[in-house]
Amino acid sequence: MSSDLIRLTAAELAAKIHSREVSAVEVAQAHLDRIAAVDGDAQSGVHAFLHVATDAALASATLVDESIGAGTPPASPLAGVPLALKDVFTTMDMPTTAGSRILEGWRPPYDSTVTARLRAAGITILGKTNMDEFAMGSSTEYSAYGVTRNPWDGSRVPGGSGGGSASALAAFEAPLSVGTDTGGSIRQPAAFTGTVGVKPTYGGISRYGLIACASSLDQGGPCARTVLDAALLHEVLGGHDPMDSTSIDAPVPSVVDAARRGATGDLTGVKVGVVRELGGEGYQAGVRTSFEAGLRLLEKLGAEVVEVSCPHFEYGLAAYYLILPSEVSSNLARFDAMRYGLRVSEGASAEEVMAATREAGFGPEVKRRIMLGTYALSSGYYDAYYGQAQKVRTLISRDFAAAFGQADVLISPTAPTTAFPLGDKVDDPLAMYLNDLATIPTNLAGIAAMSVPSGLAGDENGGNGLPVGLQVMAPALGEAAMYRVAAAFEAARDAEQGGPLIQRCPEWS
Amino acid sequence: MPAISRDEVAHLARLARLAVTDDELDVFAGQLDVILGAVARVGEVAADDIPPMTHAVPLSNVFRPDELRPGLTQEQALACAPAAEEGRFRVPQILGEEQ
Repeated sequence: MSSDLIRLTAAELAAKIHSREVSAVEVAQAHLDRIAAVDGDAQSGVHAFLHVATDAALASATLVDESIGAGTPPASPLAGVPLALKDVFTTMDMPTTAGSRILEGWRPPYDSTVTARLRAAGITILGKTNMDEFAMGSSTEYSAYGVTRNPWDGSRVPGGSGGGSASALAAFEAPLSVGTDTGGSIRQPAAFTGTVGVKPTYGGISRYGLIACASSLDQGGPCARTVLDAALLHEVLGGHDPMDSTSIDAPVPSVVDAARRGATGDLTGVKVGVVRELGGEGYQAGVRTSFEAGLRLLEKLGAEVVEVSCPHFEYGLAAYYLILPSEVSSNLARFDAMRYGLRVSEGASAEEVMAATREAGFGPEVKRRIMLGTYALSSGYYDAYYGQAQKVRTLISRDFAAAFGQADVLISPTAPTTAFPLGDKVDDPLAMYLNDLATIPTNLAGIAAMSVPSGLAGDENGGNGLPVGLQVMAPALGEAAMYRVAAAFEAARDAEQGGPLIQRCPEWS
Repeated sequence: MPAISRDEVAHLARLARLAVTDDELDVFAGQLDVILGAVARVGEVAADDIPPMTHAVPLSNVFRPDELRPGLTQEQALACAPAAEEGRFRVPQILGEEQ
């Protein structure tokens, strides 16, 4: 019984809980049992979780059951459904580390808006998921608390920075999770694990209580195993928040309706643009083959496929790795060993304590980016690096505007490769950065994008049998079109491939 | 000629309050040199007349209503401090003896 519950979608679980066919407590317990069975620790197991909140999860589920039992309508369409929360969102009742030693054991004095909305919606928070330190990384190997393993192949990375949130879904430890996406941290792990990940329009979901990486790029978003589940969570999380001055004061796009409409499978009249610069050389053969099969499928659904060109995308990676470290060097100055977090070298001067604490508390990737940002912002280099990168950002944004004049949504492979082996790129920062080639432009422009599984990189095409993601991009607040196309694609792919891709993920052993 | 020298990296680390070790300096100097070489590509773009983009959403002066709301208590604010004393953050010496 409980092993069946963990394989259901969030929408299916909600229907069963709300009709009292199963209780929210049973559903929570089934997932907690699954976590106990497969999650393990840093040495072995999936290790998607840094903290499992057993008591709080069961208490929250009990409240939902009591409320339903009393005949009260559910607090939200997802009331009682379990969820895994990336450890970058503050939670008053659980530690929040952002994957860093410098915040080990920190108990935030307030909830993030995302946390508060999850609680208000009656969603059961199972625990906090592993991530690259302060969301800097593309493999989750830069977590201070050990790696997360990819459920498709335990010797490979789950992507990053949100590898924990993605692996939790693929290992059936949770049907929903929340991630954050600064340059691909939701979408690339979704591609690597055969799951769905959405980066909403910048400002679409509040950043209040989201520990900042790069403030002009960071965006929280929903992760799930199906497009509809992601849409249901999107509507719970989205909407204006007066506590985040960059939050968009506009209605949340009707993504649930769009996902349901899309699932009927007709894309007649929809123009899909293939971005010429996001493909070809540098993309694995297995990734290209899966992408091309996806294109044919979209055409079969009635979509009109056109090619578009975004000539400045080739400078996206360079611009991003100047803008991001610059913002990081400023944001992470708050970790000064004075008000919260780690402090070492008691007794020395404040400046010495700061330097010693940051040296002990930050990992190598964080230090690299802080120094890179300090360099890019220093006088004499500012114009050539940071200033020039901001101009390139304008040009990338203009490329998108022109492309959306020719197509309703744009598509590309989500990542240039499938999941790579643990340890492969951990000592080669530039090789790690190249993972984000196809996802970065949307963060720079602030538009919406998501990854939906397109299939496995077949052995016959130079692939390795691992999941591949299709990226769908839409203009700012154009999420409805994006969800519609993704849902249509998902339904057609499931029909063509004989069921949801995720059900082919091998049982963890 | 590297884009950045070991001494420059040591200077950056001091500015960023990172007490990096000599071994780290050797590694970081090489890595930052490679990364800077790659990101310097932004200079190839002709962009003299292009305005810089600081943010995806053009916004200015966003205010909340000026209303009293509960904030953190002193106890909550100090709960995770590395050291506290008499209701305040206890910090290391900030000024030298001669200052």
